[in-house]
Amino acid sequence: MRKPADDSLFMRALLIAVTVGYIGLFLFLPLLTVFTNALANGISAALDALGEPDSISAIKLTLLTAAIAVPLNLVFGVSAAWLVSKYDFRGKSVLLSLIDLPFSVSPVVSGLVYVLMFGMQGWLGPWLRDHDIKIIFALPGIVLATIFVTFPFVARELIPLMTDQGRDEEEAAVTLGASGFQTFLRVTLPNIKWALLYGVLLCNARAMGEFGAVSVVSGHIRGLTNTMPLHVEVLYNDYQYVGAFAVASLLALLAIVTLILKSLLEWRYAGEIAAVHRH
Amino acid sequence: MRSVAISSPFARLRNPSVLPGFGLTLGFTLFYLSAIVLLPLAALLLKPWALGWSGFVAAITDERVMAALKLSFGGAAIAAIVNAVFGTLVAWTLVRYRFPGKRFVDALVDLPFALPTAVAGIALSALYAQNGWLGEPLSLFGIKVAYTPAGVIVALIFIGLPFVVRTLQPVIADMSEDAEEAAATLGATRFQTLRRVVLPSLAPALVTGTGLAFARAVGEYGSVIFIAGNLPMKSEIAPLLIIIKLQQYDYEGAAAIGLVMLAASFCIILLLNLFQSLLSARR
Amino acid sequence: MSLVVDSITKNFGAYGALKGVSFTAPQGAFVTLLGPSGSGKTTLLRILGGLEFPDSGAVRFADLNWLGVPARQRRAGFVFQQYALFRHMTVAKNIAFGLSVRPRRERPSRGDIRKRVEELLSLVQLEGLGDRYPSQLSGGQRQRVALARALAIEPRMLLLDEPFGALDAKVRKDLRGWLRQLHERMGITTIFVTHDQEEAFALADLVAVMNAGQIEQYGPPEDVRRAPKTPFIRDFIETRA
Repeated sequence: MRKPADDSLFMRALLIAVTVGYIGLFLFLPLLTVFTNALANGISAALDALGEPDSISAIKLTLLTAAIAVPLNLVFGVSAAWLVSKYDFRGKSVLLSLIDLPFSVSPVVSGLVYVLMFGMQGWLGPWLRDHDIKIIFALPGIVLATIFVTFPFVARELIPLMTDQGRDEEEAAVTLGASGFQTFLRVTLPNIKWALLYGVLLCNARAMGEFGAVSVVSGHIRGLTNTMPLHVEVLYNDYQYVGAFAVASLLALLAIVTLILKSLLEWRYAGEIAAVHRH
Repeated sequence: MRSVAISSPFARLRNPSVLPGFGLTLGFTLFYLSAIVLLPLAALLLKPWALGWSGFVAAITDERVMAALKLSFGGAAIAAIVNAVFGTLVAWTLVRYRFPGKRFVDALVDLPFALPTAVAGIALSALYAQNGWLGEPLSLFGIKVAYTPAGVIVALIFIGLPFVVRTLQPVIADMSEDAEEAAATLGATRFQTLRRVVLPSLAPALVTGTGLAFARAVGEYGSVIFIAGNLPMKSEIAPLLIIIKLQQYDYEGAAAIGLVMLAASFCIILLLNLFQSLLSARR
Repeated sequence: MSLVVDSITKNFGAYGALKGVSFTAPQGAFVTLLGPSGSGKTTLLRILGGLEFPDSGAVRFADLNWLGVPARQRRAGFVFQQYALFRHMTVAKNIAFGLSVRPRRERPSRGDIRKRVEELLSLVQLEGLGDRYPSQLSGGQRQRVALARALAIEPRMLLLDEPFGALDAKVRKDLRGWLRQLHERMGITTIFVTHDQEEAFALADLVAVMNAGQIEQYGPPEDVRRAPKTPFIRDFIETRA
């Protein structure tokens, strides 16, 4: 007997079909096509494309960028979350809006602002040229743009959680004689470690995959300032489809691993990840 | 025995809580935000004015710029609406029903968040090209997706999909079935219950999710430029136009478009926040 | 080593939480701050513990300008209403915390710390539960762990913020008697905050009845009971008798 708040069998079947169809069409097929195109000429052709010097440089540059941007954003995220959750002060909502900013800005605009500051005709352009410092069309620019688009991730995971956890344990630690660092390391950190890991995971995925912002600041200099996503574009525009999809496959694998780890963390540590989960 | 007050107002300003680290975290947080966000943003806000007000307006209302803005905003709107409709169905299905492979489908919803936009871009382009898996059957019906505005919309649907679903899921999950059962006992058909009891309670989250999807789609670049065709006036999106202007060293023109897009993003977020606070005030 | 509280005033924005509070207590006394919520008793306690700073006034204890001593160095054991146990540490690690964060010079050896934890566990009657986590304990047990943790640092002053508030009536009564015995054994100056007048009178050497940020009467429990100075106190005691 069907309960009154249940949907009819027909409706259920229909909705499930629609859901599977919609997700399959818009999400699964594109993902699948990345791999099938990469392997169109067999796996050795794909591996050869990955072994090309330009591909290797792109992979190295991506890894280096992430290795710089993610730890910096981690420190920022912890600092901002501690600030917002342990103290009361005016202007908190302005601070929170600023932290949310990159999520509402187009990636191209994110890169644009750095060109306007450090580019040839930018504010600091002449000064940089005089001192022979290259930011745009070089690693620093790429790192800066990457930091801009990824810095909210850790902070946004930690802030609601730490706010929810309150200050009691930290206050207790202080009355027992702990210093600030002792309190953070021994009392706060264990309480936030899964949310921290989650934030770093998302931050890293975006840092390695960022395209629009990096595209603006990089200059697309082959072998020098092309990250993996940019290299994909270069190969694709050169009609080197197998190569493009091979590199894309690596990135897609990264995405899949990220999704798996994300699901794992959400499933096992749901309570310790976010009081309010927003995207 | 009287003593002088130990905590002057000045000391309290420096130390709003007994927990140590205020100065350190405030200093570092503000420094980071200023260097990474505020200063570069200032550059964007100030650059277009080098043209003067009339120059700025002229740059914005230029035919090609307007066409690009129309495509970016219009395409985003259509994609957002499609996602609103189907996203609701998907969210409902994922929360209320059980079926084999549900966990997999649920995890897949986050793909647009995790997948680099360039990868999505070339994948969609390959899928919908004339000889692609989907492009071929569609062309039999005379439907062209790749290199047309339709392609832009498909890409924007991809990019905005998780926003609606993920915003709705917790709301649907939190909804107790009590209200629906009550409606049933009062004689409503399932359809009436869904339309008049369920949907209104989902409306706020739906508006938020759709707004977020829209905001994200407006500025999207990587997943669109491969499938878009990028013909000026026809299938050229605003972010691409910014890049083209930068390559032509027209910094002011690029900044002008950037400013418009930034202002639009702000307005959307502001409206959404206002909407949220209006709702919570009503409760 | 008496405690002298002198004209403590604290405002939160426009709200006056404490309006010139003063009292004195001899060394080793058990003082209860009794009053309804909003009377300022918890604020006063937190000021004594170094978790808040007053806007004006002074406190003298242990021959020190007490307010000038940072919370970290006061050795004022604080027991929170919601226990504030470190949820990711075992009971033993919780209790040992105050000893393990001491600067290297003053830190006892591992063995000494373990011994002390064992002593405290048996003092609070929780032998054998050292390896449990707070989530595995009952409310009454958690509160005893919180007390043991505060006692581990050999505090000069013990501050308890409605410690039995979240527990049911029977556990409350048991813990009450047990706390009083503990106090008689150890003789630490204790300040105890509660809104329960039965509890206040049963435990205290001196009672401070607080209302709207001020102490309306201060003295031994029998005095307050026999001769309440204001109608508020009379009502407050009666309605809960």
